Formats: sequence, structure tokens, C-alpha cells
Amino acid sequence: MNNLLKGICVFAAKAVGTTHAVLREIFDEAAYSRFLSRAGMVSSSEAYAAFRREFEEAKMRRPKCC
Amino acid sequence: MNKTLAFLGWGTVAVLGAVAVGAIALHRGEPINALWLVVAATCCYALGYRFYSKFIAAKILSLDALRATPAERLENGRDFLVTNKWVVFGHHFAAIAGPGPLVGPVLAAQFGYLPGTMWVLAGAVFAGCVQDFVILLFSVRRDGKSLTEMAKGEIGRVGGFVAYVAVIAILIILLGVVALIVVNALKASPWATFTIAMTMPIALLMGVYLRRIRPGKVLEVSALGFALVLAAIWGGQYVSQNVALAKLFTFSAPTLAILIMVYGFAASALPVWLLLAPRDYLSTFVKLGTIALLAVGIVALHPTLHMPALTRFVDGTGPVFAGKIFPFAFITIACGAISGFHALISSGTTPKMIARETETRMVGYGAMMAESAVAIMAIIAACVMQPGVYFAINSPAGIVGEAPATGAATISSWGFPVTAADMQALAHAVGEQTLYDRTGGAPAFAVGMAHIFSHSLGGETLMALWYHFAIMFEALFILTILDAGTRVARFMVQDALGHVYKPLGRTSWYPSILATSGLIVAAWGYFLWQGLKDPLGGINSLWPLFGIANQLLATVAVCVATTIIIKMHRATYAAVTLVPLAWLVAVTFTASWHKVFDANPRVGFLAQARVLATGPMTSETTRVIFNNRLDAAVTGVLVVMVTLVLVESARQWVGILTGAREERVKESPFVRTRFAQEQG
Repeated sequence: MNNLLKGICVFAAKAVGTTHAVLREIFDEAAYSRFLSRAGMVSSSEAYAAFRREFEEAKMRRPKCC
Repeated sequence: MNKTLAFLGWGTVAVLGAVAVGAIALHRGEPINALWLVVAATCCYALGYRFYSKFIAAKILSLDALRATPAERLENGRDFLVTNKWVVFGHHFAAIAGPGPLVGPVLAAQFGYLPGTMWVLAGAVFAGCVQDFVILLFSVRRDGKSLTEMAKGEIGRVGGFVAYVAVIAILIILLGVVALIVVNALKASPWATFTIAMTMPIALLMGVYLRRIRPGKVLEVSALGFALVLAAIWGGQYVSQNVALAKLFTFSAPTLAILIMVYGFAASALPVWLLLAPRDYLSTFVKLGTIALLAVGIVALHPTLHMPALTRFVDGTGPVFAGKIFPFAFITIACGAISGFHALISSGTTPKMIARETETRMVGYGAMMAESAVAIMAIIAACVMQPGVYFAINSPAGIVGEAPATGAATISSWGFPVTAADMQALAHAVGEQTLYDRTGGAPAFAVGMAHIFSHSLGGETLMALWYHFAIMFEALFILTILDAGTRVARFMVQDALGHVYKPLGRTSWYPSILATSGLIVAAWGYFLWQGLKDPLGGINSLWPLFGIANQLLATVAVCVATTIIIKMHRATYAAVTLVPLAWLVAVTFTASWHKVFDANPRVGFLAQARVLATGPMTSETTRVIFNNRLDAAVTGVLVVMVTLVLVESARQWVGILTGAREERVKESPFVRTRFAQEQG
């Protein structure tokens, strides 16, 4: 019983973690984190502006379906 | 033991699926429950994924878990990036799921729930999912190349050129038609217009929050933006009830069209990141949330479908759009079954994020199944309404008459009873002045969605709020597609013009930006204006035109896939893409023929032009005649170009199969993945 409960908890934690990761990726938060670690910067309005500048053109070229 | 259990389990799914499909297909007379559609879809997707996609993966594509993907080999932390498969799945689904799978099935519901449901299920499992899956894998094996580049590399210059032109044409027609849907949803509706107008200051606030207060916290600010949008929807009812405010937010269709064109131009030409990026995130947030909520609502309420399995309009006399069930049901529903546009996403950002080849099955095949499920939800939303109400909302005044009583009488005479009082009561319940002549599919979907939501959450009193929530949801992400699509088309045109005169290709050179943005907005604005002036409601001619262009792009994508499969010496299994290709050719070429040459003026562009030419000539008539001839020419040019691709491909296939040609696939060389080495 304990094992089953533990399994359910692990599964639920994994599901929440994955959903959070998916949302972070869709909403570009993960891309911003990668940018910060690549550029060796900490989060600030300047860093975010630099991130947007770098990603804007690539994002604008990304097609979205009908 | 495990094998026996699996056999029994999958056998049960197959039997259940067969019973559900049988019930949908054979049931006549009494209304059926929406759960039959849900069960049939779930079983078909499960079987298709477990068996058909596995067969394709093993026998044709030979997915290789040891082969390094471009995300691993070319990783740069930006475009190329090894990403968790569920994250890629979410990313891919968010990119392919637009208004298409919602609007197409709603329009095709004029034939009844059966044709749309069957096409969505069979089309997705045997064609759409297959296209997305194989194109994704082929792009992964070619360093993430785009469809246009693959068509050029595998079929030749003609293939590349046609794919390029088809993409531009689809984008322009798509933008025109979705703009028309927004105009029809917002015209004479102060509540809806106020809500959409409010998304702009909300987006500005989100932009400032993202930039100044909590940099990069998009999820957090999107949740905040979503709460503010809900407040705007709530506030909209007070605007609609206040005479002065209602007047301020009440616009005619032409005024709304001009405003949308100005918005499209500004979004493409000006550096308005403060407004656009937050709106984009807000739109995605609303889209994902609403789709999930609708799925829960349908399962919780399991409503009854009042629309019959088949209506009298299978004969081609439908008021929503003219044309027989074949081929028009199959081009009206594109995104939920097979959409050429998906091939652009499958060969765009997604292949650059895949960590292992084996994951292309889940991402390519699986995400398309999810999109198909959205189309099934749209069919349910359209068919829960009384058919008379559905036709009253979706029929143009030019067909049923201007006055409510005339419209209700015409629709009732078709065997779908509805009264002017019913429609007035419904309009009152959803907070609108009228629901007649609200063509385009969006208002009908909103009424169906409001019906499902209000019966699951909050009761009838919240009907108006749910209706405007649904309108806001559709309009918001259609506007996002308008600005994203205009920019994508602008870049494509700039890339091409750069070959003629270098500065025109510079995406930061303002004269080029303004000229190309103006060109693209003028092109889709033309189609939008044409739709507004069309006496048959615009959707009648524009949606089929968009469907034809989209399915012709799918024809090019499946042609590329077939060519690669034959070059891979897997011709024995080429039917997997050849059968969808043959179907697409039959559907699109027949539809194109009808749209250009059919003698019925409601179907054929040239026939309508001829009929108009015999009547009294005004400047309006002259323009409609020109528009019809232009639509016929656009259709004809697209068909001729796709024919060239087909001929070129067939020449290659015959050459390879007869041994006259020695052709090799143009894949990147095999590199062993470091993940396998790490695992020992």
C-alpha cells in the first residue's frame, strides 16, 4: 500500500514537473534562462531586453498554423 | 501472459471503437449522445498510434535511437536544442493548433455530424498524422531543413518554387479569411469589441511588467493577463448596456475591416514588442486553457447532438457554403484531418528540438492526433445546437432573407424549425442584439461552447459570459495569427526580393519593411474586402479557396515524402503516403474544377461572374465580377503548379523504379548519439 502511494506521489510530482517544463518552454521562460546562463547575466530589465532583441527575429519567422 | 493481456486489452479497444463508429455511422432518427464521438475518437487514435504509427516507424522510417539528431549535433542553445519530448510535444501542438480545427468542422456541420466526424478520424489517422510524422523525421535527418528546401533537394527546383508560392498564397488567403471571421464575430457587438479592445492595454501592461517589474516571468504575467481579460469580459456587459458606451464600441463590418488592416500593418512594420509579444503569450495561455476546459466540459456534460447524422444539404445546396459533400466536406475541414500548413511546422522549429529520432513518432503523429481531437470537440459544439439555430446563425442574409421572420421561415421550410422569437431569446441570453447572419463559424462555435460551459459550470445565467469568453478566445488568437502571419509572409517576400535587389532583403531596412508589409496587408486586405462585399457572405467563396490552397500544400508535402520513401528503397510501403496523395489529388483537383467551372453560380466563380454580367451593371457588380475571375485564376494557377510537382515527382519515381535513375536520399551523414555512449 505504501509503495503504491509512493508510486502515485512520484508519478504526480513527475507530471506536475513536466507540465511546468512544457509551459516554461512554450512561454519562452526556459529560453530566457538558457540565454542568461549562456551570456553569464542575471535577470534584469536590461538582460530581458537583450534576450528579446536576440530572439525577436527568430520568433517572428516562426510560422503558426491555421 | 503479458502478450495475452495486451491482445485482450487492444482487442477490447478495437471492439469498443468499432461499436462506437458503427453507432455514429448507422444511427438515424433520434439524436445521439456526444460520448459516442468521444469514445470512437479515443479508440481510433489509440489504435492508430499503437499499430499504424508503429508500423510506419519500424517498416518505412526505421527510426534509429542511436543516430544523433540535429538538436544534438548542431546544438547552439537557440534554435538547435536537445529538449524533453513532452516539452517538444507541447511546443509543437501549440504551434499547429489554430482556429482552423474549430472553424472548418463548424462550417462542415451543415452536412450533419457524420461526414465531418468520419473525415476527421480517418483523415487524421491515415493522412494528417502520417504527413506530420514523416515530414518531421525527414527534416530531422536533413539538419532541420524546411519543406521548401526539402522539396527543392528531393524533387527539384520546380518543387521548391511551387512549395514557396503555395505557402505565400495560403498565408494571404488564410489571413483574409480569418480576418473576415473576426469582422463577422465583432460587427455590431459592443461587448465583444470592448473585450478585444481591452486586450491591447492589458498586453501593454503585461509588456511593462515583463520588462520592468518581473523580467522574463511570462507564465506569471500570462496568468495575471488572463485574470484581467476575464475582468474585461465581465465589464463588457456593462458597456453593452450603457447607451453611450455601446455606441462607442459598435462598429460596422467595413470599419472593423479597416481597423484590422491598420492593426496588421502596424504589427508587421513597427517594432511593437511591448504590445505584440505579451499578446502572443496571452493568446497561447487562453488557447491551451480553453481547449482543456472544453474537453472537460464535453466529458462532464456529455451533451446530446441535435444535428442529424446527414442533412439534406449533402446535395450541394447548403446555405453555409455551396457544394456537394464530395469534395467540399474534405476541403472545408483541413486542420483537423490533414493540413499542408503543418508540414511547415514539422520542418520548422520542431525538428531542431528533437533529442532522439524515436521521439518523432510521439511528437509528429501524436500532436496531430491531439489537434484532430480539437476538431471533434468543434463538431460536438456545433451539433449540440438545434439545427434551426445553427442555420440561422451561419446562413448569409443573401440566402435566407434580411428580416428575422423571413430568415426563420426559410430555415423552417428546410425542415429545421426555428422562430424569430427563439433567435431573439437566444441573442438576448448571450447579450447580443441579433445572431442572424453571423457567418464564419466563430459565433456558432461560441454559442455551442457557451451551451456546453453554461450547462456544466454556472447555469443559464452565465450563458452571455461564456459566449463572450468564446468570442474573445477565437478573436484573440485569430488576431495573433494575423500579426504573426503578416510578419512571416513579409520575411518570405523580403527573402525573395533580396535576390533581385539586395537592400530589399534586409529585414531592418525600413523602406523595404514598409513596402513589403504594405504589399502583404494589401493582398490579404483585398480578400477580406472581397469577402465583405460578397452577396453570399464571403465565407462561401473564401473558405473553400483557403481549403484548396492548404490541401494543395499537403499534396506537395506528401509528394516530397513519397519521393523520399521511394529513394529509401521502401517502395513496397509507399502506399502509406501514396494513398493520402491520391485522395488529396482527387479532392483538391475536383474541388478546384467545381470552384472554377461549375455551372451553378453559387459554386463556380466563372458561372457567378457570367450571371452577374447579364444583370444591371454597377461599380459594385463590376468589382464582384472581377473578384470572381481573380479567384478562378488563383485556383487555376495553384492547380497548374501542383500538377508540375506531381509530374516531376512521378518522373523521378518511374526512373528510380525502372532503374533508369540512380537517386540517393540527401540525408545528413550518420553520427552516433552521445546519449547512447553515455548509457554505455
